[in-house]
Amino acid sequence: MYENMVTARHYEERLQEEYLEGKQPAFDISAGPIPGELHLAAGHEASGAGVCQHLRDDDTVTAPHRPHHIAIAKGVDLKRMTAEIFGRETGLGTGKGGHMHLFDPDVNFACSGIIAEGCPPAVGAGLAAKKRNTDSVAVAFLGEGAIDQGGFLESLNMASVHELPVVFVIEDNDWAISMPKERITDLENGARRADGFGLRGERVDADDAVAVYEAAGEAIGRARDRNGPTLLELQVHRRMGHFMGDPETYRSESDATAAQERDSIERLEADLRAEGVDDETIEELRSRAHDRVEEAIEWAKDQPEPEPAAAHEDVFSNPPSGVTDTEPEITGHGGED
Amino acid sequence: MAQQEPEQDARTLTMSRAMVEAIAFEMREDDEVFYMGEDVADYEGIFDSTTGLREEFGYDRIMDVPISETAYIGAAVGAAQAGMRPIAELMFVDFFGVGMDQIYNQMAKNTYMSGATVSVPMVLTTAVGGTYNDAAQHSQTLYGTFAHLPGMKVVVPSTAYDAKGLMHNAIRDDDPVVYMFHKRLMGIGWMPAPDGPKTGVPEGDYTIPFGSADVKREGADVTVVTLGLHVHRALEAADSLAADGIDAEVIDLRTLVPLDTETVTDSVAKTGRLVVVDEDYRSFGVTGEIVARVAEADLDDLEAVERVAVPDVPIPYARPLEDEVIPDAADVEQAIRAVHEGE
Repeated sequence: MYENMVTARHYEERLQEEYLEGKQPAFDISAGPIPGELHLAAGHEASGAGVCQHLRDDDTVTAPHRPHHIAIAKGVDLKRMTAEIFGRETGLGTGKGGHMHLFDPDVNFACSGIIAEGCPPAVGAGLAAKKRNTDSVAVAFLGEGAIDQGGFLESLNMASVHELPVVFVIEDNDWAISMPKERITDLENGARRADGFGLRGERVDADDAVAVYEAAGEAIGRARDRNGPTLLELQVHRRMGHFMGDPETYRSESDATAAQERDSIERLEADLRAEGVDDETIEELRSRAHDRVEEAIEWAKDQPEPEPAAAHEDVFSNPPSGVTDTEPEITGHGGED
Repeated sequence: MAQQEPEQDARTLTMSRAMVEAIAFEMREDDEVFYMGEDVADYEGIFDSTTGLREEFGYDRIMDVPISETAYIGAAVGAAQAGMRPIAELMFVDFFGVGMDQIYNQMAKNTYMSGATVSVPMVLTTAVGGTYNDAAQHSQTLYGTFAHLPGMKVVVPSTAYDAKGLMHNAIRDDDPVVYMFHKRLMGIGWMPAPDGPKTGVPEGDYTIPFGSADVKREGADVTVVTLGLHVHRALEAADSLAADGIDAEVIDLRTLVPLDTETVTDSVAKTGRLVVVDEDYRSFGVTGEIVARVAEADLDDLEAVERVAVPDVPIPYARPLEDEVIPDAADVEQAIRAVHEGE
C-alpha cells in the first residue's frame, strides 16, 4: 500500500513537470507534450491505495476525472496509461481518451470526466456480478462535489434495493473546483447520504491510510459476502489546484498550507517506522516506485503518435456495413463549368 | 448584410469582456436578472464568463451552485416561469446530458404545452468547442443538438461586438435562449484566441436581432456559411484564396434559431457555390440543414456544394487525431477551391 502511494505521488510530480514543459512562460493549455486539462491527485493517495488493496483484477473500479492514483492502485498498466496521457498510439485508448478517460479492461478499470457519472456503470458491474453469481465487487470513486448529483443518488438507491455488491467511495478533498464543501452541502459527513437509501455509510477522517484500509476492507468484504453495498467517505486533501494552471485565487493561503501539512504518505511512513520497518526497506520501496515511474514515462515518450487517419477508427466495435465514410473526399459535388 | 459597425476608434474588448458587460448592464437595469452556475462566483467562470460580476453584485445574484445540473437548470426554469430572468451556466456543453430533461422537456417545451400561457425567459449559457486536446467529453460543439430540438433560441457569437449585442437580446427575450460561446474565442489567458474575435465594442447597450446573419466578408465567387470559431478559420481561408483570385463571401449565421435563410440564399443566388463549415458533427447537423434550405429555396441557384465538419467520430484526445477531425483553415480553403473549380 505504501509503495502504491509513493508511486502515485512520484508519478504526479513527474506528470506535473512534463505537463509544464512548453507551457511556459505564458501558460497555454494546448501547448507542450501533454495538452488538454490535467487533474492531479497529490493528497488523495490513501484513498486509492487503501481501497484498491482489497481488490482483485476481476473487481471493477470506476474513477472520476482525477484517476491516476486509483489506476495505479488498481494495477492499471502504468506504461500504457502514461502513453495514453502523452497521446501516443500504444496508450490504453490508442491516444483517443487521454488522462480523464482511461480504460484498462484487463483489470476492469474505467473512468469518466463527467461528475458522478461513473456511479451507474459501477452499479451495472455489481448487477452483472450478482446475475452471474460471482463474488466480484464494484467500486465507484467520486469527489465530495459529486454527492449532490442525481446519478450518484439514484445509484445508491438502486444498489441498495437490489442488494448489489457495490462500494461507493467519496474522496472528500474539501473543494469542488472553487467551491468549498460548506457552500455546496449542509452535510459535514457525506457518508450520511447513505441514510436515506438504506445502505451503510461510514466516514474516515484525517488522511489516515491505515484507517482507510480497514474501513474499505470491511466494506468490500461485506459486498463480496453479499451483505450489501456501502458508502464510504474518505477525507483526503488537495495539494494543488483543481487542474494544472488553476490560479486558485479563490483559496486562502492558510487552507492551501494546511493541505500541504496533512500528508497521508508521511503519516503512513511514520506508522511503518513505529512498527519497526527500517530505513533500508522504506528506501527500497521508494526507489522501486521511482524507477517504475521513470521507466513508464521514458517508455511512453518514446512511443509513436497515432496516425491522423486513426481518428476515424473505433467508433464502433463492430462497424456496421453501409455506414457513410466519416470523412468523404472533398470533390466539389455538382458544378458544370 | 453587414450590420452596424463600431466606430473606428472604439475600444476593443475580448469576447468574454463583451458578454460580461452586457450581463452587468442588464443586472443593473433589472433586479430580476441573476446568474447561477458552477464556479461562477469566486472563480468568475472557468472561461471568464462572469469576471468581476460577484464583486459588483454579490453572492445572491451571482450564485455558485452545487454540481447538480438537473436541479439548477430546472430551478432556472422555475424562476423564469415565476417571472424572473435567470441566466444559468452549463460549464461545458458536453455536460448537458446530466440535466437534459430540464433543458429540452421543461425549458424548451413549457411555453408550447401551456398554449403560451407560460413563458420561460431564461438564458442558458454554455462553452463549446475543441482545439485544446481535452477529448470527447469536454470538446463537443453540439450546435445541431440544441437547434434541432424545438423551443429554444440558439445563439452562437463569433466576435466581441456580436457577443455583447446578442447577450442583451438574450436576457431581454421572453423565451429560453441557449447562448453557446466557443472557448477559443473568449480571450482567456490560457487558451489563446485568434485575432478576429477581439473587436471594437460600443460602451452603451445595443441589440442585434436574432435571425440576422452577418456577412463578415463580401465576395462574388463562393458563399461560405459558418458560425463560431470557424468564422475566423473561414475568413483566414478566404483571405488566403484572394491572392489566387477566388473571392469568397463569408456568412456568420450568429443565431441558429431563428435561422436567417434569406441572407444565405441571396448570397448563393449571387455566387452559385456553397461551402458550409461547422465544428459540430457532420451528420444530421448544421451543414445538412443549410444545404437543404438552399436546395429548397431554389435548387437552380446551386451549382456546387461542399460540407466541412467534424466527421462522425467523438473528438479524440491526441493532437494529431484532434487536428485530423476539427476542420482548420486549410480544410475550408480546399473546399472553397473544390466548389470553385467545380470538378
